[in-house]
Amino acid sequence: MKVLVAIKRVIDAYVKVRVKSDGSGVETQNVKMSMNPFCEIAVEEAVRMKEAGIASEVVVVSCGQQNSQETIRTALAMGADRGILVQSDAELQPLAIAKLLKGVVEKEQPELVLMGKQAVDNDFNQTGQMLSALLDWSQATFASKIEKSDGKLTVTREIDGGLETIEVALPAVVTADLRLNEPRYASLPNIMKAKKKPIDTMSAEDLGVDPSPRLSVVKVSEPPARQGGAKVGSVAELVEKLKNEAKVI
Amino acid sequence: MNGSSFGDDHQEIREAVRRLCADFPGDYWQALDRDRAYPTAFVDALTHSGYLAALIPEEYGGSGLPLSAAAAILEEVQFAGCNGSACHAQMYVMGTLLRHGSEAQKQRWLPEIASGRLRLQAFGVTEPGSGTDTTSIRTTAKRDGERYIVNGQKIWTSRAEHSDLMLLLARTTPKEEAAKRTDGLSVFLLDMREAREAGLTIRPIRTMMNHATTEVFFDNVEVPAENRIGEEGKGFRYILSGMNAERILIAAECIGDARWFLDKASDYARERSVFGKPIGQNQGIQFPIAKAFANTRAADLMVLEALRLYEAGADCGAEANMAKMLAADASNEAANVCIQTHGGFGFAEEFDVERKFRETRLYQVAPISTNLILSYLAEHVLGLPRSY
Repeated sequence: MKVLVAIKRVIDAYVKVRVKSDGSGVETQNVKMSMNPFCEIAVEEAVRMKEAGIASEVVVVSCGQQNSQETIRTALAMGADRGILVQSDAELQPLAIAKLLKGVVEKEQPELVLMGKQAVDNDFNQTGQMLSALLDWSQATFASKIEKSDGKLTVTREIDGGLETIEVALPAVVTADLRLNEPRYASLPNIMKAKKKPIDTMSAEDLGVDPSPRLSVVKVSEPPARQGGAKVGSVAELVEKLKNEAKVI
Repeated sequence: MNGSSFGDDHQEIREAVRRLCADFPGDYWQALDRDRAYPTAFVDALTHSGYLAALIPEEYGGSGLPLSAAAAILEEVQFAGCNGSACHAQMYVMGTLLRHGSEAQKQRWLPEIASGRLRLQAFGVTEPGSGTDTTSIRTTAKRDGERYIVNGQKIWTSRAEHSDLMLLLARTTPKEEAAKRTDGLSVFLLDMREAREAGLTIRPIRTMMNHATTEVFFDNVEVPAENRIGEEGKGFRYILSGMNAERILIAAECIGDARWFLDKASDYARERSVFGKPIGQNQGIQFPIAKAFANTRAADLMVLEALRLYEAGADCGAEANMAKMLAADASNEAANVCIQTHGGFGFAEEFDVERKFRETRLYQVAPISTNLILSYLAEHVLGLPRSY
């Protein structure tokens, strides 16, 4: 089974994000970028499938600027076989990415598309679902366990209040949740090997997709600073404040 | 440290080392420090990810990378707050075997060292009666048929308890019978796993930081003649040839330490507020940090120059020594500034500053003391009379 893994380059999860002074977005100049952690989990799962003999080839695709190549290299160092960069300097929103990925799927003909459930920059949690709808493929989101048996996958999903196990027919789009696995470190020999693995580049035009944004960002602002707490003298006072000041009961 | 040009080379390797090191935060090292325990999990992680085999050629199972890659790895380890001294020698002690060993010896040992199945990170040179005066060592290896019999004592043999093999320097011809004082010494690869059953005793020495150093006693320890590296009597030269690489790598570690101290000091100086403003707003606080930064950056440039010469195959003895001295001075200055900036918290274990302070102090003394570097420069670069 050929597996396509879609990955996104985002601001590193450990960097403190700063909002641009004009409120148009967040600062990405001179900020450390990394692979979205959920995408990393998807890559790890695909590589494990390859090691277990379930996947025959793992192809990694990323849509974005030229420097997304570095993120693709990271995935190649983890064990993916080759990469595809859909190069675009435009702002790419979930629907545009889903359309681009659909184009790549049609070219590559994988049986399974694995991706992160969401990216930690915009937290959209839409691309996987949109891709499955565009392809008319089965979808299994928030996967914490994936098992393959002939022609179908058994996927355990993390849902509110517990776990849900579903069966989906292949081909399918599966999005990875946090507990699916723990991604490996790339080893030094694999980092060196990754430099020799091929990365194809294509454009939105090559795939016949118009990636222009459909949504416009009105304003980006910092969350309000946390207010200090207050001490109350009695339970009665607490109840009174919860009721009349905080208005939560 | 935005805006500086530290660590521009080997980006993807640095990035991967940082990721690995993130799993070994301050409390991991604090617990080990308390018990003076070996960082086995950390060393295993570095080993399995192939970093310690960076310099071993690909044909023997390593990555065959240039010295600058090894320097980048060790710099990042230190910059992440970890301590590479537990295993850095696994990277470079094999250099003597690689350069002077026979093909059969390389085939036999290098792949095992590359995979980490065998650890070669003990280097038996220094003795109680001869520190830097290496040619005066008294440990002897006497030829007896197809083997040598070793008697004597080594001290400050780091990691001997955590190494399978030891690169051992011993006298094979008495000093008075040797043509030159640098003759008559030979290098052996001693299998300590066997030797510990037969005459080899290793005694750990408790030190001011968690550094697995030992003294080693040889009582009729046998080494097969096939374990001698290169020609008999030429050992001193074989050892010297590896010194420049060692100096440069230790210098890179010091740069990593200095960067850690500078980040830690700057972060604290920005956040800590006294008398209504951050302490870092006071020139009395910020100038020493800025000065240490400038000295670190200057030392880093010397490390890069030493690496450039080394990788070009040029003579880099002076630069390697200067890099080590300047980088160790810079890390020592940064450590001092960092502790001063932190005030009382600099002494609290949970801030890691005091631990790193103790750890980086070592490099004013090891692997070569600053005075010996100055003597080297005075004698060999400036043409002044030998002072010792």
